[in-house]
Amino acid sequence: MKSEQSQKRKILVCCGPGCLAVGGREILQELRTKVAEAGADIKVEPVIKGTGCHGLCEQGPIVRFLPEDISYCRVNLADIDEIISQTVLQQKVVERLLFTDALTGRRVSSQSENSFYKKQLKIALRNTGEIDPLNLDDYLERDGYRALAKVFSQMDPGAVIAEVEQSGLRGRGGAGFPTGLKWRQCARVDNFPKYVICNADEGDPGAFMDRSIIEGDPHSVIEGMVIGAYAVKAHRGFIYIRDEYALAVKTMLEAIRQAEARGYLGRNILDSGFDFSLEVVRGGGAFVCGESSALMASIEGRVGEPRAKYIRSVERGLWDQPTVLNNVETWANIPPIILRGGEWFNRIGSEKSKGTKVFSLVGKVKNTGLVEVPMGISLRELIFDIGGGILNDREFKAVQTGGPSGGCIPADMLDLKVDFDSLAAADSMMGSGGMIVMDERTCMVDTARYYIDFLTEESCGKCSPCREGLKRMREILNDICSGSSRPGDIEILEEIAGMVRESSLCGLGKTAPNPILSTIKYFRDEYDEHVNKKRCPAGICRELTTFIINSEECNGCGLCKKNCPAEAISGESKAPHVIDLSRCTKCGNCIELCRFNAITVK
Amino acid sequence: MENLKDGDFTAQAESILQRYPREQRFALAMMQDFQKEYDYLPREAIRRIAGYLEVPPGKIYSLATFYKAISMEKKGKYIIKVCDGTACHIRSSTWIIEEIGKLLGIKPGGTSADGRFSLETVKCLGTCALAPVMVINDEYFGSLTVGKVKKILQRYGGRADEE
Ligand SMILES: Cc1cc2nc3c(=O)[nH]c(=O)nc-3n(C[C@H](O)[C@H](O)[C@H](O)COP(=O)(O)O)c2cc1C
Ligand code: FES
Repeated sequence: MKSEQSQKRKILVCCGPGCLAVGGREILQELRTKVAEAGADIKVEPVIKGTGCHGLCEQGPIVRFLPEDISYCRVNLADIDEIISQTVLQQKVVERLLFTDALTGRRVSSQSENSFYKKQLKIALRNTGEIDPLNLDDYLERDGYRALAKVFSQMDPGAVIAEVEQSGLRGRGGAGFPTGLKWRQCARVDNFPKYVICNADEGDPGAFMDRSIIEGDPHSVIEGMVIGAYAVKAHRGFIYIRDEYALAVKTMLEAIRQAEARGYLGRNILDSGFDFSLEVVRGGGAFVCGESSALMASIEGRVGEPRAKYIRSVERGLWDQPTVLNNVETWANIPPIILRGGEWFNRIGSEKSKGTKVFSLVGKVKNTGLVEVPMGISLRELIFDIGGGILNDREFKAVQTGGPSGGCIPADMLDLKVDFDSLAAADSMMGSGGMIVMDERTCMVDTARYYIDFLTEESCGKCSPCREGLKRMREILNDICSGSSRPGDIEILEEIAGMVRESSLCGLGKTAPNPILSTIKYFRDEYDEHVNKKRCPAGICRELTTFIINSEECNGCGLCKKNCPAEAISGESKAPHVIDLSRCTKCGNCIELCRFNAITVK
Repeated sequence: MENLKDGDFTAQAESILQRYPREQRFALAMMQDFQKEYDYLPREAIRRIAGYLEVPPGKIYSLATFYKAISMEKKGKYIIKVCDGTACHIRSSTWIIEEIGKLLGIKPGGTSADGRFSLETVKCLGTCALAPVMVINDEYFGSLTVGKVKKILQRYGGRADEE
C-alpha cells in the first residue's frame, strides 16, 4: 500500500556532469540520510533518486519534487533541513530556492512555467533527468523495451527498416545521413556476420550531449541497438565510448549487465529466438577516431586512421564485414519511433530534418545547459528564449555550431531555422550539437585559430593536404593574431583552405577549413583590422590589444583595481582609475568585471 | 624500470593481461588498465602486452604513441586538468593555463620537478556552465579567474609564492 503511493512521490536529484561538479552527489546523500531520519513524521515517504542531467546546468545542483513538480536550484547542504521541514513534510515551496526565469526575472516553481523548458521537446532525452539510469524498472515504467517487444511480436526486419525510413530520421552524429537508408543498404548485403556500432566518441570540444544520454538513460541506447541489429540481422554490437567518460563507461557496463540478466540482451531475447550481445570499447582519446572508419580500425585494435570514403562500411566495415554505425542520439531515437510510428516522428521538425535535436548550449549565454528542440526552431528562439539571452546582457556576436568542422553564424542571421540543410547553407553544419554562443568579447580570428590548433593536433597525419595544410594555416593565423601578418595573408589563407577542403582523405581534413572560411566570410572586417590596423577589436589577441579606462565613465568603484592579477590598475577611491600599460598582461579581467562599461579596447 | 618492484609488477601485469583473451583488439584496453594502475604506461608493460599477444613490441608501441589517452611519462601526485574546450576557451581558459604554468614552472603535458603536479589540458569536461573549469584529481573548480587559481594551488601546497 505504502509502496504504491510512494512510487508517485519522488525527489529527483540531478547527477549530470554539471551538477556532480558542484556537489550533486553530496546533496543526494544528505537528502537520503535526513529523509530517513525524519522517517515517521513523513506521511508518504518519497523515493529519492539520483538522475541524469536536468538540463539547466548553470543553476546546479538541481533537486526536483514530483508529483508537485517543484524544482530547486543551487541547492546547498545547508538548505536540506529547510527542504525537509517545508517541502517534504508540508509540501510547501521554499521560495528562495526556486529558479529565476532568465526571461521574465520571476521565480518559477515548475518546469512548465520556466522559459528554459517551454519550447523544448524531449524525445532522445525523454528519460534523462526523470529516472535513475541504473534502475531498469524505472526505464520499464516509462515504456522501456516496449518497442523491442513490439518489434519481436509484430514486425519483420523489413518492416522495422520501413518504419525508420518513414520517420525521416537522419543521423545525429554530424552528417545527417538518413538512418533508414543506411540500415537498408546494410540489410541488402548478403554477407555475415554483420555488426552494429554506437559512436559515443563525442570528440567535439564543448559538447556533452551524448554522454548525458548514456549517463542519464543508457537503456534507450541499448534498446535502439537491439532493434537496429534485428533489422540488419547482426548479432554483435559495440559501443565506442570516449576515454574521458569514466562515468558513462561505468553506467553503460552496468546497464548491459542488467539487460542481460533480464533477457533484453544475450541469447533468445524475449523468447524471440534472436541473439544479440553488446560490448563496451573505451576510446583512446583521438578526435579522428570519431570518424567511422577510424573508429572501426580502433575497435579492431589498430591505429585509428581513416580510410578513403569510397569503401562503404555498410558493405565492408568492422573486420571488413557489413556494419551499421550510428551516433548515440540516433540510437536513442529509435525506440519511440518504433513505438509511436514513423509517421508521428515525421510530423515533428522541418521539411527535410525530422524530429528533434539535442544541443549543448554553452558559452556566453545565460542558461548554459542541455536542451532538446524540434528541428527548424530559430537560432533566436534557442539563444534568447531558451538560453535567456547573452550573459551580462552584452551584445550577441555569433554562434558557433558543428564543432571543429562547423562555422560561426553572425547576428544578422539569428532568424535562421536550425536544421541540417539550413546550417549547411550558412556555411556551418549541424555537427553533433555543440552550440557555442559568442559575444562582443569573442575574437573571431582567435576562434578560427582555436579550431585550427585543435585540428592540427588531431590530424592523424596520414594524408599530406590535411597534415601540411593545417600547419600552414595555423602559422598564418598565429601571425595574424600576434601582429606579424602581412597584407595578402587572408587571401593565402583562403587559397590553402580551398586546397585542403578539396584534396584531404577524410572528413576531418575536408571540413577543417570551415572555421576559417566561415569567419572570413562573415567577419572579414575583423580579420582586416587585425592585419591592417594591428588591432583586435574584441580585446583578446594580446599583442593587438590595449585596454584603457574612460575617465568620464569610471566612477572609481575600485572593483577592477582589487581584482587585477597584475596589479596594473591604480586610482583613488571615487576618482577615475588608470591602467599602467607596462604592467598590463591583457587578461581582460577588468573589462569583464566593470559594471559601468568604463573600460574599452583602444 | 624505475620504482616498480619486480615481483609486484609481474603479478599485477599478469592479472591485467589475464582479463582479456589473446586478441589484438584488446591491446588498448590493456594499456588503459595499466595506466589506471600506475597513472602512466610503464615501458615494461608494453613488452608484456606484446609478449602476451605474440606481436612485436613496436606494434604496441605505435598504438601507445597514437592514442592520447595513453601516457608513457610518469605523472605527478596531483593531476591538474584545465579545460580548453570551446566554452572554456572563449571564457579565457588560455590565461588560466598560462597562470598555472607560471606558478608551477611547467607547461601543459609536463610534470613539476618535485613530481607533485602534472598539468594537462582537456577538451570539455561537460561542465561548460562553470567555464572556465579545471579538475585537480577529482575535485572541480569553476568560474576560474587568474586570481582564484593562485589561491587554489596554495591549498595544494603549490609554489604559489615564487617571487
Ligand atoms: C573527424 C570526424 C570526427 C567525428 N566525430 C564523431 C563523433 O565524435 N561522434 C559521432 O557520433 N560522429 C562523429 N563523426 C561522424 C561519423 O563519422 C559518422 O558519420 C556518424 O557517427 C554516423 O552516425 P549517424 O549516422 O547516426 O550520425 C565524425 C566524423 C569525422 C570526419
Ligand atoms: S568546454 Fe570546458 S567544460 Fe565544456
